[in-house]
Amino acid sequence: MLRIACPHCGDRDYVEFLYGGDAENAMPELSDTDIDRWTEFVFFRNDPKGEHAEYWQHQHGCRQWLRVVRHTVTHQVISVQPASEVDTPAQGKRVEVA
Amino acid sequence: MSTQPRRLKSGGRIDRSKPISFRFDGRSHTGFAGDTLAAALLANGVTLVGRSFKYHRPRGIYSAGVEEPNALVTMRTGARHEPNVPATKVELYEGLEAFSQNSWPSPKYDVMSFVNRFPKLFAAGFYYKTFVGPTRGSWMFYEKFIRRAAGMGKPTTEADPDHYEKAHAFCDLLVVGAGPSGLAAAITAGRSGLRVILVEDDTVLGGSLLAAGRDPKLADWLKSALAELETLPSVRVMTRTCAFGAYDNMTFALLERVSDHLVTPAPFQPRQRMWRVRAERAILATGMIERPIVFANNDLPGVMLASAARTYVNRHAVAVGRKVVVFTNNDTAYAAACDLNASGAEVSIVDVRSRIPAALQAQVAAAGITLHLGCAVGRANGGRHVRSVDVVPFDPARPERASVRTRLSCDLLAVSGGWTPTLHLLGQRGSKPVYDEDKAMLVAGTVPEGFEIVGGAAANCDLGFCIDSGAKAAHAAAAACGKPHAVSGRSLLEGLPDQGDAYGIAPVWMVPDPLGKGHGKKFVDLQHDVGADDIELAHREGYVSVEHLKRYTTLGMAADQGKTSNLNALGIMAGIRGKKINEVGTTTFRPPFRPISIGALTGPETGLHFRPIRRSPMHDWHEAKGAAITTTGLWLRAWYFPKPGESKADAYVREAAAVRKSVGLTDVASLGKIDIQGPDAAEFLNRVYVNGFLTLPVGKARYGVMLRPDGIVMDDGTTSRISEHHYFMTTTTAGAGKVMSHLEFLLQTAWPDLRVHVTSVTSQWAGMAVAGPRSRELLEKVITDIDLSEEGLPFMGVRQGHAGDIPVRVLRISFSGERAYEVYTPAGYGMQLWQTLCDQGKSCDMTVYGVEALGALRIEKGHVAGGELEGRTTLTDMGLGKMASTKKPFIGGALAQREGMTDPLRPQLVGLELAEGTGTLRAGAILCDPAKRYARTIAKDTSALIDCPPNPASKDFDAGNGSGHMGHGIGFVSSVTWSPELNRNIALGYVSGGMARKGEQIDAVFALKGELTKVRVTSPHFVDPEGPSWAFGCPSIA
Repeated sequence: MLRIACPHCGDRDYVEFLYGGDAENAMPELSDTDIDRWTEFVFFRNDPKGEHAEYWQHQHGCRQWLRVVRHTVTHQVISVQPASEVDTPAQGKRVEVA
Repeated sequence: MSTQPRRLKSGGRIDRSKPISFRFDGRSHTGFAGDTLAAALLANGVTLVGRSFKYHRPRGIYSAGVEEPNALVTMRTGARHEPNVPATKVELYEGLEAFSQNSWPSPKYDVMSFVNRFPKLFAAGFYYKTFVGPTRGSWMFYEKFIRRAAGMGKPTTEADPDHYEKAHAFCDLLVVGAGPSGLAAAITAGRSGLRVILVEDDTVLGGSLLAAGRDPKLADWLKSALAELETLPSVRVMTRTCAFGAYDNMTFALLERVSDHLVTPAPFQPRQRMWRVRAERAILATGMIERPIVFANNDLPGVMLASAARTYVNRHAVAVGRKVVVFTNNDTAYAAACDLNASGAEVSIVDVRSRIPAALQAQVAAAGITLHLGCAVGRANGGRHVRSVDVVPFDPARPERASVRTRLSCDLLAVSGGWTPTLHLLGQRGSKPVYDEDKAMLVAGTVPEGFEIVGGAAANCDLGFCIDSGAKAAHAAAAACGKPHAVSGRSLLEGLPDQGDAYGIAPVWMVPDPLGKGHGKKFVDLQHDVGADDIELAHREGYVSVEHLKRYTTLGMAADQGKTSNLNALGIMAGIRGKKINEVGTTTFRPPFRPISIGALTGPETGLHFRPIRRSPMHDWHEAKGAAITTTGLWLRAWYFPKPGESKADAYVREAAAVRKSVGLTDVASLGKIDIQGPDAAEFLNRVYVNGFLTLPVGKARYGVMLRPDGIVMDDGTTSRISEHHYFMTTTTAGAGKVMSHLEFLLQTAWPDLRVHVTSVTSQWAGMAVAGPRSRELLEKVITDIDLSEEGLPFMGVRQGHAGDIPVRVLRISFSGERAYEVYTPAGYGMQLWQTLCDQGKSCDMTVYGVEALGALRIEKGHVAGGELEGRTTLTDMGLGKMASTKKPFIGGALAQREGMTDPLRPQLVGLELAEGTGTLRAGAILCDPAKRYARTIAKDTSALIDCPPNPASKDFDAGNGSGHMGHGIGFVSSVTWSPELNRNIALGYVSGGMARKGEQIDAVFALKGELTKVRVTSPHFVDPEGPSWAFGCPSIA
């Protein structure tokens, strides 16, 4: 049972959150019509054994989307940041996990 | 009523002033407060309590705790009937009623007991071997007989009348188990002011001390510990509560049995309460479970664990045996032997070791106990109860089949094969136990952060160690929680009797059959009837890995999860393979630690409480008018408003006709509503909708469709421009939450630079649609300050104004092709506006209509809704391809161009009607090409299906399930209705090729009902095909 420390609301159970998937790929520019780059963003996922960045929305709280770094083996939550405050990486590039 | 013939005259932690009457298999008995059902049965001389799972062998009570593999009973009757409850965990209560299982007519005379003579019938891998290959089909025939013969208790089919609760708790320290080490931990932590939850599965605290001998020092220690616990305000004690699951981030699941010790729960009390506990730290003081030794007929009633015999004598004052043989390979059973001896039984000890400590030897000699060293019990004898045991010479280092045997008569065989620390909760956290060769125990491996293992669970039998380890772990927890030990109390080690770490085990898993005639089955897993020969068979057939062994033999997979059998099985397999136990491996523990009722997991979330209910502000009016109610997502919506004597069909046909003829009013408050504000709002909408929004002027609305990033249609709705930087978006009822999260996601992750705020205002606005030729006439009576003329409020226009004092937002949009308006007002005014429209509507021949009529109207018009927006369709599939802007990028635009998404053979939206005027159109029917039909026959001898080439003339062809169509077909029917306008059945659906098939006749197969209906492909716009199309307001496709 994950516990996520929402930066706005405090430590909360994962049931208050909506899982939003991989946060390691930045969305391509909207004007980018390259199917391969969009396919990479929408469908291709790393499956790391270790730290993994993912989006969670505090749906039953502040409704903010958060970038949560979680250890996929221990489920330890390593860091939580508001997604809007994460330095947006170069569009279409893979984000290095802290 | 029997008189408890086996009850000792004195002693025990029972209340003799409180006799309790109960019934087992219809017979009345009496026990005392403080008994378990197992103890009370034994006190009454009932030792045969059921028949075994596969072989219907007589079984008795084997343990005194949660590990019980044998004594499963069915509790209660009627709707509260509950099967497979271990009698050792049932607290005795007045009026208790329990029944034996898997036997008929009684456990004593069970007609199925002949199965026992044919053990090979149910050997390991029985199902895999018997029902594969050519005989597979026979499973269909034999299943019901096998299921009836082999099995456990039967569940009830009645609804559970009891309530269950869920609760949450937080603490600094969770202590699991209230034996000596758990008590020491809770007291020490409580002294430091830690918020402690102490959980105990038993009804009282004390753990192993409750079953300990008559040394008054132990009783005094427990008494003073409990007294101190009461004085500690930060310690919460939960008895009758089992910590059954340990999850991520120090979350634990507890089951509190609130009312299981009562006939029925008290008024307003739940039967059970499930707790989710978030702890900073956890101390596992879960003790140990004794394990058996495997020998022939080791399952006979009268064979039990030595610790269980000791519990029944000391805690419950039950003389479980008069003539007792104690069979052991370690020192701990000697205490049981001495306590049984002191209770008046005649005791012999059979010990596999040839040497034991001198002090023990002197102790048993002084007590007059006969000692057989270097021997083992090779076999138990008896029919429905043990009468004697065969003692054979035995060397644990070289177990061999013995030829010499001595027969000892007895009525109880108490067995101790050593102890296994209870590490299930740790195992659930992914920490595998490891085998300690010296202690012959599975001990904790890596202990995860936050956990401490103490006492018996830390693989130590010494009482002083247990208490000390509990206290030390609590200190560590206090330090970790930032509350270093501040208050010192008396040492918890004060006043303890002297005890050594007496264990001295010589590991033995199994005693081979003695030579000569008459072997018996040697059971490893008593609950699943898995024998040592099954393990040998699994090994011979190559199932040597622990996980394969478990699945092939079902060992450890019963309701007791192999609490008494796992290590013996590992030991036997390791012996056969000539490997060490750590090389063979251990199995994984998963929650729950013991069986948990589904009711407890469900909690109160049943029936109406299964999920939240949302009601429109006008819902009470609908109910008062007798509307039938249906659900859309979480919303309750008015389905239709029947007049007296009207059926659903009568009502909605009348309602829909009224909309076409004069004017109708319907509740659309459930539509998702999102308020969008900010200088970049237009740009934002332009990016999320497929069509352009930059040019939408103030005072206008536009229909929009948004795609998911993968190019599939996500949702649709209208967005109005209220002012320069202010938009009002509506979504479908079911899609509202998804769309809101989607918009928030884009704004917060991809485009944090856009100056836009989105707010869900679904509940803040009431909405109602006024539709029909006389809709303007009605609104003009109600709304006074808006020019509703053709020029004042043109198609797709939006105005704000008032209906009397009621503020309104009016959108001139149509869902059904007629002149229509959507009127929104703040939710609090909803009922007032609705009532005003109803009052004024009387003079306009207005009819209130529900979602069934709304659905019929939109199908007639060919507008897509839930059935069509089903998560697999593209814009082009829906016939809206032209809506997509070519002048700007939008979400989903790139991936919508993928090859598979633009395939012209994708199923596309069409209208469907009955080709021959007969048959039934059903949503969900598969559309098939009649030219690709197979004749399908069902072979007489097996249930196998045989596909044949097309042969419509074949007699085997029928229009039922064997309609001749296989696979996914060429499309499906998405929505159906009886069209009041056209006076016939119509449907929308998707079919490969879409409108290119217009006029074609195809098959609609509904296999659930065995129907084949011939349908014709038509335009989806059944009504008003030339009028404003679905994508109204989108100038590119007028």
